[in-house]
Amino acid sequence: MTSTTMDVTLDVPTGYWTRERKTGAVLTVLSLLGTVLFAMRAADGPARFFFGDTVQGASFAVNGKVGAIVFGLLAVAAAVTLLVTGKRYGLWVSLSLLAFVISAMCWLVSARNGSVPLSSLTAITIAAALPLIFGSLSGVLCERTGVVNVAIEGQLLTGAFLAALVGTVTGSWIAALVGAAIGGALISALLAVLSIKYVVDQVVAGIVLNAFALGLTGYLYEQLMQRNQSQFNNPDRLPTWSIPVLSDIPIVGPALFRGTILTYTAFILVIVVTVTLFRTRWGLRTRAVGEHPAAADTVGIRVLGLRYMNVLLAGLVAGFGGAYFSMMSATSFTKNITGGAGFIALAAMIFGRWHPVGAFLAALFFGFAGALSTLLRILGSEIPGEFLAMLPYVATILAVAGLVGRVRAPAADGKPYVKG
Amino acid sequence: MTSATPEPEGTAPSPDKSPPHSEEGRPYWMVEVGKIGKHRREKTLWQRFKEELYADNSFTVSVLAVLLALAVGAVLMVLGNDTVRQQWAYFFYQPLKTLEMSWEFVAKAYTDMFKGAIVNPDTFNRWIWGMTTWQQVLRPISETLTNAAPLILTGLAVAIPFRAGLFNIGAQGQAIMGAIGAGTVGIALDLPAIINLPLAIIVGFLCGGLWGYLVGILKAKTGAHEVIVTIMLNYIAALFLGWYILRPAIKDPARTDAISKPVNESALLAKIFDPSLRVSLSIVLALLAAAAMAWLLNRGRFGFELRAVGHNPHAASTAGMKVGTTIAMTMALAGALAGLGGTTMVLGTATVLTDGVVGLIGFNGILVALLGRVKPWGVAAAGLLFGALQSGGQAMQTFAGVSNELVTVIQAMIVIFVAAPMLVKAIFRLRRSPSQAASAVLAKG
Repeated sequence: MTSTTMDVTLDVPTGYWTRERKTGAVLTVLSLLGTVLFAMRAADGPARFFFGDTVQGASFAVNGKVGAIVFGLLAVAAAVTLLVTGKRYGLWVSLSLLAFVISAMCWLVSARNGSVPLSSLTAITIAAALPLIFGSLSGVLCERTGVVNVAIEGQLLTGAFLAALVGTVTGSWIAALVGAAIGGALISALLAVLSIKYVVDQVVAGIVLNAFALGLTGYLYEQLMQRNQSQFNNPDRLPTWSIPVLSDIPIVGPALFRGTILTYTAFILVIVVTVTLFRTRWGLRTRAVGEHPAAADTVGIRVLGLRYMNVLLAGLVAGFGGAYFSMMSATSFTKNITGGAGFIALAAMIFGRWHPVGAFLAALFFGFAGALSTLLRILGSEIPGEFLAMLPYVATILAVAGLVGRVRAPAADGKPYVKG
Repeated sequence: MTSATPEPEGTAPSPDKSPPHSEEGRPYWMVEVGKIGKHRREKTLWQRFKEELYADNSFTVSVLAVLLALAVGAVLMVLGNDTVRQQWAYFFYQPLKTLEMSWEFVAKAYTDMFKGAIVNPDTFNRWIWGMTTWQQVLRPISETLTNAAPLILTGLAVAIPFRAGLFNIGAQGQAIMGAIGAGTVGIALDLPAIINLPLAIIVGFLCGGLWGYLVGILKAKTGAHEVIVTIMLNYIAALFLGWYILRPAIKDPARTDAISKPVNESALLAKIFDPSLRVSLSIVLALLAAAAMAWLLNRGRFGFELRAVGHNPHAASTAGMKVGTTIAMTMALAGALAGLGGTTMVLGTATVLTDGVVGLIGFNGILVALLGRVKPWGVAAAGLLFGALQSGGQAMQTFAGVSNELVTVIQAMIVIFVAAPMLVKAIFRLRRSPSQAASAVLAKG
């Protein structure tokens, strides 16, 4: 059986107009237009940025017009560099986008004569990115081994549910986290059996499992939890661990070093997955199975066994991250508490080109877009909050449409391996 | 294998190894087995029926899948009910009582479901004795048809592209865009109904189609994976709807919550039985769409191209078909169907635009399409089944106190079992079907 979708081969442009140069050209035009627009609309007053997580204490101010023009020109400069050199793709694109966003912020904040608490912005970014990091790492583990994981949403949801349930019943947050991980693994075990043993189309299996998880947790929530909240749905909040000196660093300190176990685990996992995937025997085998299972089988790698193991691991990771919803951002479970975070995690994984670090950065970007839209909604900006919230989704579409670099899935992703 | 090809002279095997030939001059392995024994008669219809009854053909598998899902649902019911669950603690003490209690509870819940979805025998009796109106008798069916109409349309929106090898997760977003288009016409214009209603439907159709075309053109031009693009477009559409209904021209000024002005009477889909029953022209629209799609796929030129692209895009391309155009137009058609689904929601049942105006019809449409084995009439049947499950679920929640969410689980379980026929086959130890085994692969092309 083949995957549901055909492979449309991309015509990679050759000659002078490589993909990098095209992107550079597009970015140049966009950032030029943006700079002109932002500079015209920006007020000639200060945009104030505070270091702390409130609008008090140390701060610095940027003149709106000046800031918009300077950062806009920086964005143009980075884009032009990419256009001319056609090299160092990731560096120039991210620099250009970063400068572009700062320029836009100068405009929006100065137009409202507002102020931005930078520490709280970073803290919200990290918090919003956490479930996406876990989810997209789960996706990386699965898809690198050749199993499409559309069921991230279901894994997160089941994890969140079991975290609340186990956490309340046992009264221990450690048990709750274990329960959450097992919850994610349950869904991924179903995914593994359906897609590996019964060769169901993997996207179909994932979509159906999402519906299953949504229905199951929703049902048990209404039947068990809603009727006696205190007995089944009252987990403790995860304890916050501050690292003494580091957490006092302005701007990034509170976000990175004043977190829960989930925050630290997320960072460690990114490193661990990166190192193991690219530096160990298991990683090499996983990638081999994801790219060419028949060849891997020929040299004696147990393709199906490795797939089972990795899909289960992915479930553990995603389920663990699901605890974020019911034990960190809130202290109870509600119906459909994840609200589509699993799909954004899937997008983050693709945006990050199936690489753990890329997925991590993409998750941070999505988290930042979410935090920014919240902030600008509070400021009452000229762009409606809904449109800002669309930003990650539009970015993902552009990414898969090939405008933001080459995105290629593992070659055997979504193709079941039948030993023959 | 009826015509034997003459063997070329040079490659003839050596005489001592040449096999015995039948009287017709063909090697024995080329003679059809049936022709040897003339005593073997054609199987009668009854014999075939007996053979197929317990084999892994798609009908048996579907029925067993529904039964299995209901069994899982029954387990969850027992788990979810406090009294029954606590009785299970005494299982070894009072085994019969425990089983009886569980059985009674499950039976009552499923009976309530039936009463809410098809017909309530009590009401029917009361009507016979003139104690209630015929509308009351038809109410469950009316609810089922009302729920089924948008599901059939979104199911088609997933099934049609599936035949072209595309997986459309975006029926939700396309339905939202359709609802926005149709709702806007219905709110803004108040022409005579004969113009206003078709206009609203067409605008809804086109808005959804445009949203689908966007996916198709991206797929055709850049190779962007349609699963990802459609998921993203779902969110964009939902956010856009949230913004759109707060515009001053659309929002109901009398309300503080996010709700639009009501759709004008002239743009509403007429009720087909009786004004007190919710079922409207939308079910007619849905069945017409299913018929049109069945015709298109089996008889239409575009349908043929679509299936050819689904089977093998390279071969289709070699045969002179424009693969990219076909992909783009297929997604546009799918989007238009889903848009029609959203249209029926806003013009038929909701009559206002809200955040959740289309409900989850897009996501449930995926399940409907898979259960219907991506064939138009199959989708129609699956849509009716899901419509019945949903209206029955409401009754079950009201009367038996079992959460409506159970229906979502049952629906998902049905599709899991249908999508994995090998699983059902293994559980029930089904025979191999002599005619056609329900394959693991849903029919593409």
